[in-house]
Amino acid sequence: MSQPESAVADAQAGGPATDSLAELARRHGLRRAIARPSLPSYVRQLWARRHFVLKYATSRNVSKYSDSALGQLWQLLTPLLNAGVYFLMFGVILGQQKDIPNYTAFLITGVFIFTFTQRTVTGGAKSISGNLSMIRALHFPRAALPLAYAVQELQQLAWSMGVLTAIVLLTGESPTIRWLLVPVALLLQLIFNVGASLFMARVGAFARDMNQLLPFIMRTWLYASGVFFSIPARVDDLPESLSFVRYVLELNPVAAYIELMRDLLIHEHTPPQWAWTTAIFWAVFALVVGFWYFWRAEERYGRG
Amino acid sequence: MAEAEVVAQAAKARESAQAMERVWPVSAEEPQASPVGTPTVIVDDLHIVYKVYGAASEAEKGNAVNALLRLLKRQGRPQMKEIHAVKGVSFVARHGDAIGIIGRNGSGKSTLLRAIAGLLPPHKGAVFTDGQPSLLGVNAALMKELTGERNIVLGCYAMGMSPAEVRAQYDDIVDFSGIGEFVQFPMSTYSSGMGARLRFAIASAKTHDVLLIDEALATGDREFKRKSQERIMQMRKSAGTVFLVAHNLDVIEETCNRVIWLHKGKIKMDGDPKEVISAYNKA
Repeated sequence: MSQPESAVADAQAGGPATDSLAELARRHGLRRAIARPSLPSYVRQLWARRHFVLKYATSRNVSKYSDSALGQLWQLLTPLLNAGVYFLMFGVILGQQKDIPNYTAFLITGVFIFTFTQRTVTGGAKSISGNLSMIRALHFPRAALPLAYAVQELQQLAWSMGVLTAIVLLTGESPTIRWLLVPVALLLQLIFNVGASLFMARVGAFARDMNQLLPFIMRTWLYASGVFFSIPARVDDLPESLSFVRYVLELNPVAAYIELMRDLLIHEHTPPQWAWTTAIFWAVFALVVGFWYFWRAEERYGRG
Repeated sequence: MAEAEVVAQAAKARESAQAMERVWPVSAEEPQASPVGTPTVIVDDLHIVYKVYGAASEAEKGNAVNALLRLLKRQGRPQMKEIHAVKGVSFVARHGDAIGIIGRNGSGKSTLLRAIAGLLPPHKGAVFTDGQPSLLGVNAALMKELTGERNIVLGCYAMGMSPAEVRAQYDDIVDFSGIGEFVQFPMSTYSSGMGARLRFAIASAKTHDVLLIDEALATGDREFKRKSQERIMQMRKSAGTVFLVAHNLDVIEETCNRVIWLHKGKIKMDGDPKEVISAYNKA
């Protein structure tokens, strides 16, 4: 600790000139204003802010459509229009893929599940850099922000899942007992999304060019997630020299969540064996690594 | 920044500090044991350096070729400027103090408050506090598209209140803000005075050990100013230390028992409100 240089500081310290301010602080039990809490107490602080996380997420969703005439109806219209556009492009114009049973449901499931992760991660990457004024004015565990963005997307997903269920039923599927596993699959994906968005929140907070780069990363991810095509059918056609592509595609977390959902919703869809294992592995891995990585920089957010 | 310039400024600050040495003698004479005299905030040789983005000079703006050349020459990002906002500030604040911070625009007042609140990490030096100082700045969490009702709840949660506390405080907040039925309308429909009143009402609903107020009283009518000053007095009595940044020197003179004059990130004067403010007015 550096000694205060000015004489006035010593005079105020109420002690002899040799008594440093740090010494005075120690004597009166004062603590440094900036210190990163331990991981367990950070989790407790975050839990104490759960009401804020929920309210902030809901408020953002409400304010998002407050300018439009149709208002909250857009929560339903956005996924519907999305489904329509993708169906027009890949189902009608580019032609149905004959080897995939119930391609409409296959496609729309892929689009909605991918969008959930894409929007959460993109939002998470901006959650710190886009809220600097709040971070510089208020005290709260910073992880509350990426979490709130994840909750916001979860609320949006509830509407998408309603639309998806309707589409799946309209395309001739019938509800089965396996549909009960849908929330489990979504929970795994949510956990992965939270972890990934915490990770990206820290990256986005310090590497500002990330927000320019992210759309390209997301588009690459979209094409590599088997949203429009079946990954197992595609990788079987690959030449021997490109076998690494197979591993990349099969280890892709979003591909696993998409495959899981298709397996649950579409009767004739047979998922690859790796889907559940990959889904669980990525959920746990992303949450642990993402949370730890985000927490490590807790005291540095908001510095610019 | 040139090293020599910093050193020269530091030397100047030491001179002025020595000249002011006896301006604030009260703390030295007060007994350490009394709760009124014990320190709540100690700022020890604090330096804050800001990084500012997007401050490209006119010639460089929007030119990709220049940006590429700069990258190749490894000159770093020109848009990124470092601003040394607080340069070696030291003082001790005690229970019962209401400290006014004055100074020109850009003298580092708001930055200093944020550093005390623990929201900006020190570049050098340290801030020691008793409990958690909080900035009276809930504005950033509010959303103007939403109704006053929703914003009250959102703001209270953002400050860390529980649902029970929010329920208990809700009516008080509406009453204090005096916005009446407007609470059901979006904040974007409020006049600037109404917005300011609601923000202050929300922000001051929570009890704070150390409270930092940044220009909160700039807007609002005479009646609201009186009410908010009363509330600051209350907080000072119950809690301990209040820091107040304002350009309105009358407010500072009426509310504070000590004034710190910041000039270009350094303490130029520290002491009795009347003396410091009159010196400030002469400068």
